[in-house]
Amino acid sequence: MSRKSEPARAGNGHRPQRKGGGRGDRVMVPPADFRSYYGRPVIKPPVWTHDVAAYLFTGGLAAGAALVAAGADLTGRPALRVTGRVTALAALGASGYLLVKDLGRPERFLNMLRVAKPTSPMSMGTWIFSAFSAAAGVAAAAEVAPWLPRDGAVGLAARALPAAGRVGGLAAAATAPALATYTAVLFSDTANPAWHAAYPRLPFVFAGSALASGGAAGMIGAPVREAGPARALAVAGAALELTATHGVEHRMGLLSEPYRIGKAGRLLRAARLLTAAGAAGALLGARSRVVSTLAGAALLAGSVATRFGVFEAGKTAAEDPKYTVVPQRERLAAREGA
Amino acid sequence: MAGPNSLFGPIDPATDAGYVDAPPRMGFFTDTSVCIGCKACEVACKEWNAVPDDGFDLLGMSYDNSGELSANTWRHVAFIEQSAPPSEAALDVLREAERSVSTQFLGMPSSTLPGATGREDRDLRWLMMSNVCKHCTHAGCLDVCPTGALFRSEFGTVVVQEDICNGCGYCVSACPYGVIDRREGDGRAWKCTLCYDRIGEGMTPACAQACPTQSIQYGELDELRDRAAKRVEVLHQRGVPEARLYGHDPTDGVGGDGAFFLLLDEPEVYGLPPDPVVPTRDLPSMWKHAGVAALTMAAAVAVAFLGRRP
Repeated sequence: MSRKSEPARAGNGHRPQRKGGGRGDRVMVPPADFRSYYGRPVIKPPVWTHDVAAYLFTGGLAAGAALVAAGADLTGRPALRVTGRVTALAALGASGYLLVKDLGRPERFLNMLRVAKPTSPMSMGTWIFSAFSAAAGVAAAAEVAPWLPRDGAVGLAARALPAAGRVGGLAAAATAPALATYTAVLFSDTANPAWHAAYPRLPFVFAGSALASGGAAGMIGAPVREAGPARALAVAGAALELTATHGVEHRMGLLSEPYRIGKAGRLLRAARLLTAAGAAGALLGARSRVVSTLAGAALLAGSVATRFGVFEAGKTAAEDPKYTVVPQRERLAAREGA
Repeated sequence: MAGPNSLFGPIDPATDAGYVDAPPRMGFFTDTSVCIGCKACEVACKEWNAVPDDGFDLLGMSYDNSGELSANTWRHVAFIEQSAPPSEAALDVLREAERSVSTQFLGMPSSTLPGATGREDRDLRWLMMSNVCKHCTHAGCLDVCPTGALFRSEFGTVVVQEDICNGCGYCVSACPYGVIDRREGDGRAWKCTLCYDRIGEGMTPACAQACPTQSIQYGELDELRDRAAKRVEVLHQRGVPEARLYGHDPTDGVGGDGAFFLLLDEPEVYGLPPDPVVPTRDLPSMWKHAGVAALTMAAAVAVAFLGRRP
């Protein structure tokens, strides 16, 4: 089969220049030479809005906070437990709202529950989210026990609540790691080249981000003498988030580029600064509630920026056909050469 | 039923989806060497399927003003103008197709006056191609659909049930060809159904029915694949060496397309991905990585709390 080599007038004119070009972009992939249909994208851009990026954060925060709450419950740290449970419930409420709002037909959100489909990460995620929500809801509800009267039927319920809360909290903690990481599979199981190529790394980015935000919530909501484990988790999560994100930004050849340029690049650079500063604050401010709170806020903001950065990178990768065509051409060439 | 090749590799999709005694797999063979760019397919599709208009845009892309496959464009004719002069052999193939048109035909887009006869003096090669949903053997859209709105028909095609779809948009990102899309103002995902309502009655899909040059051929996929292989051979013999098939191979990244093509240039020139792979191929590995990350989280929590009693 012959390959026409002469350039064509149309359907071929798209030869993008390097974009970005910031100081950090010294080690660049050489300018891609490829053909396209009037420079149009091959794949569709995600129809998801920022609601989905925001859900990545709130879902991760709910998971991280539930883990902190369960640990606090088992080790006798009541203030940290309350913080974790209440944060998890609030983040869940936000998550549910964002997820339903982003549907094209919000009134049909219950259709998600008509099947359980292993090939669909969104279907699996729906069931993980439902199970987690039920458990975390019980755990948070148990925190109203101290305000209930001790007599009568209500009093009976009030006395049963702490035990139910512990069971719910532990069940929530058991499902939390799945809730925090399935979203990475959700994004990777797409034809979006930047998200798909990141599948070995994205679960670690999201796991780290969830731990950092959950720990940060504990640092903000609980007094410093109880918040030790939350600080440790925040630092560990931040380290994991930073390491894994670095891999996404630099170890995927051409497909790392969408994470370094444009809006995604700016967001992920901001995320790096905020997360590093938050982790440093968590380490240094162990005795100060003020420093802990500031560090926690920085970590939360860093987690938000990471999620939005990953989301934006997918949009960048979908808009330029080079991210679809060039890696596939290289794959074909490698196969033919083999 | 589900087997070792359910996510990747050659299979019969209807049998894999659980159909017993399914009818033969049906599909399209779109032969672009005889496409004359009349857009009858685009129009017939819209008419039959009551697909809304997609606005009146002049895109400045040759004769293409619909731009791409979308929720409101289920057949899309691409027009590519290349500075390379067309080979006489390729032109002869096209003229033959033109002559086969029985109704009054106003002529190919050309550089001469309408009705002019004789060899055209042009330094322009015009490629035209009617694009459509590929009805993949391993369909990314169908794999990821969380509601079951997308389903595999008994004919091996992939169809959206509009009364189930809740517009989550996952299928849009999962299609390696950029076919399925969400309709503005409607919120649901739409794409070619391979005229599920027609083929169930033994009728030909609207686009293939309307195609005047048999550039769009509908039939049993096995038969179409044989026909396409012979067609490429004929074209090569007649001096059109650039003819090649796209999407015909059951061992490719999507297990072969139910709608495949004969192209006269590289796929990306037509806006097609050169080596598409169904995203779900890597799903087991994705869950494994997520599992390790999840265990890492759990371990970190255990260490953080066990290490320090208050």
